Amino acid sequence: MATSTRPPRMRRPAQDPSRAPRRVGFSQTLSRWDVKVSPYLYISPFFLLFGLTGLFPLLYTAYVSVFDWHLLGGQGDFVGFENFAFVFNEPNFWKGLRNTFSIFALSTIPQLMVAVVLAAILDANLRAKTFWRMGVLVPYVVAPVAVALIFGKVFADQSGVANAVLALVGIDPIGWHAQPLPSHIAIATMVNFRWTGYNTLILLAAMQAVPRDLYEAAVIDGAGRVRQFFSITIPQLRPTIIFVVITSTIGGLQIFDEPRMFDQLGQGGPGRQWMTVTMYVYELAFGSQKSFGRAAAVAWVLFIIIVAIGVLNFWLTQRIASDSSATAKARKKVAR
Amino acid sequence: MRKTTRKAWALAAGVTSVALLATACSGNAGGDDDETAGGDITLTVATFNEFGYTDEMFARYEEENPGVTIEQKRAATADEARENLNSRLAAGSGTSDIEAVEVDWLPELMQFPDYFEDLSSPDVEGRWLDWKVAQATTEDGKLVGYGTDIGPQGIAYRADLFEAAGLPADREAVAELFGGDSATWEQFFEVGKQYSEGSGGKAFFDSAGAIYQGIINQEEFPYETEDGTVTAVSDGRVKEIYEQVVQASVEDGLSAHYSQWSEDWTNSFQNDGFAVMLAPGWMLGVIEGNAAGVEGWDLADVFPGGAGNWGGSFLTVPSQGANVEEAKKLAAWLTAPEQQIEAFNNKGTFPSQIEAQESEDIQSATNAFFNDAPVGQILSNRSQGVVVPFKGPNYFTIQQAIGNALTEVDVNGADPAAQWETVVGVVEGLG
Repeated sequence: MATSTRPPRMRRPAQDPSRAPRRVGFSQTLSRWDVKVSPYLYISPFFLLFGLTGLFPLLYTAYVSVFDWHLLGGQGDFVGFENFAFVFNEPNFWKGLRNTFSIFALSTIPQLMVAVVLAAILDANLRAKTFWRMGVLVPYVVAPVAVALIFGKVFADQSGVANAVLALVGIDPIGWHAQPLPSHIAIATMVNFRWTGYNTLILLAAMQAVPRDLYEAAVIDGAGRVRQFFSITIPQLRPTIIFVVITSTIGGLQIFDEPRMFDQLGQGGPGRQWMTVTMYVYELAFGSQKSFGRAAAVAWVLFIIIVAIGVLNFWLTQRIASDSSATAKARKKVAR
Repeated sequence: MRKTTRKAWALAAGVTSVALLATACSGNAGGDDDETAGGDITLTVATFNEFGYTDEMFARYEEENPGVTIEQKRAATADEARENLNSRLAAGSGTSDIEAVEVDWLPELMQFPDYFEDLSSPDVEGRWLDWKVAQATTEDGKLVGYGTDIGPQGIAYRADLFEAAGLPADREAVAELFGGDSATWEQFFEVGKQYSEGSGGKAFFDSAGAIYQGIINQEEFPYETEDGTVTAVSDGRVKEIYEQVVQASVEDGLSAHYSQWSEDWTNSFQNDGFAVMLAPGWMLGVIEGNAAGVEGWDLADVFPGGAGNWGGSFLTVPSQGANVEEAKKLAAWLTAPEQQIEAFNNKGTFPSQIEAQESEDIQSATNAFFNDAPVGQILSNRSQGVVVPFKGPNYFTIQQAIGNALTEVDVNGADPAAQWETVVGVVEGLG
């Protein structure tokens, strides 16, 4: 195909050397500036805000991370990368990383799958649509502390509801606070409880925007519901899915509230079974060490990890998306 | 064109009026600070758990001091209060006018006395036990906090369960059973084994961590010496205590395997999970709350290994507050013997004030929930001869590490030796 998306190049008329440049009045200069500068001024609030609340803390954290910096004592000596070295040698940091990824995987993946399916169901012609649609958002409105309180009772090791139910089925009680994996599952349950509805609504909004004639055409072609879902809905949702995946990734890697509220001490368990990286940052800064420098170092490591995962995510989702269109193209070629 | 200009003006006017409103508000707030002498001020008091201060007490103070309004902020746990206070001190604003501090993390703050007002004054001299004052006094004589309560401990036990296991149930007899004045921890664990045999293998005490607290609080230099050398690992004593507690809890099976304050622990009060608990004054209120409706709790006037103090707090006045003078006055009032007696009657927080301890009110106080035990008398007997452990800046960290290790071993069934290695790792990583 010889199509080009580039706009045709406009050729500027060559300057006529015989014509003397005209003197421009100030008002004209002003209006030229207006044209050139104004757009930047109009969008500047965003950049100012971003600089103030995003970029500055980011850079300042980097600055703090190379100093010995005590919470109450303030700035100390320059130590270079010592803080990073300390953190990498701490077993708790690696435990935190392990827990974060485990909880992230256990929450984000099932959550998004369920959200897509729920959204598809809500998109169908239901009775009392608004009621159901609002219903999925209710858990999101519940404060995380309340969620943690409720699930704390459910997942108590000996007196909890979860183990009581398991006992009915004949399964031995699980030490939800004793082993890493059960604790991650319990925490992921809290996260899923809160966020599935939120993602469902975003996906639902996107589904509503899918042109209905696509479905009509599919019906005429004899496609069933499932086929319509996979061949029309999912590909059409591509940009939204990318968005939801990326925001969930960021949220999942920064998870703090739920694991912190999971027991009464908030350290992530006696053996750090469910301590996440963010909790580790908090502990370094406000816990017994009160070391802002080390906390800043971990915060930066976390930032880099999130960026890396974000890029990987984007690449993956892009690939999945373009793969489907690529196969479609390939099929077309074969048909020809 | 005309229209847009008018709109722009309207917008500008709107923005200006909002701005004016905002400045007007902040103007008012600024005015408040200036009028500390005669005007209305609000004092905030940040506490945690139960201090026994009631709204009626504050209302009385407000009445006696016109123009003062008191606002109480209560954190659920001491840890939460500690984090709140630390972050606000670091930020340089946002602390309450009066901040309660627990004795375990007071030493961390004592490294930075500049954040707090010096509270020493002739009016309050001789009010507290000497060691209580010493804990909150810096090397150069600055008094950082006024003492509130202390935690002398007796043994709270379930008389009905004791009886069922063939042990004596009477308060005095139980005290004798544990060894009376010469009670030792060995004897305590021995009684535990007897109970276990008599009851068909039931658990004796609630948690390994609690027992460890009881023992370590009797050491003069638990983890650090006065010159700042950390001896927690090098000195064999801590490990010895650790092993003793593990032996009794896990190998002899005397522990009910709970982590104190956890959901399971709280619930276990309702289903006879264990028979004894080490009980400082403030714990009595906790037991009563958790075990509501359960009959048979009693308090024995005995404690293994001599007297022991668990916990106790101070009221500090951070210097960043706007009304430090008024705050000092209120802190002094709250920690005066009369108020502390009232707090004791409310929530069982045992006073650190000499006059309060000797008062008739305390000496004759009984607690209906604990089978009308003379709790005031018992606790003041238990406060005699308390050896106050030295708590340096690393105390909290090490204590937390060992507490975690014991929870892992006692509750989650981890390997004691491996957990001790974790403690060693934490201690080596200090600094």
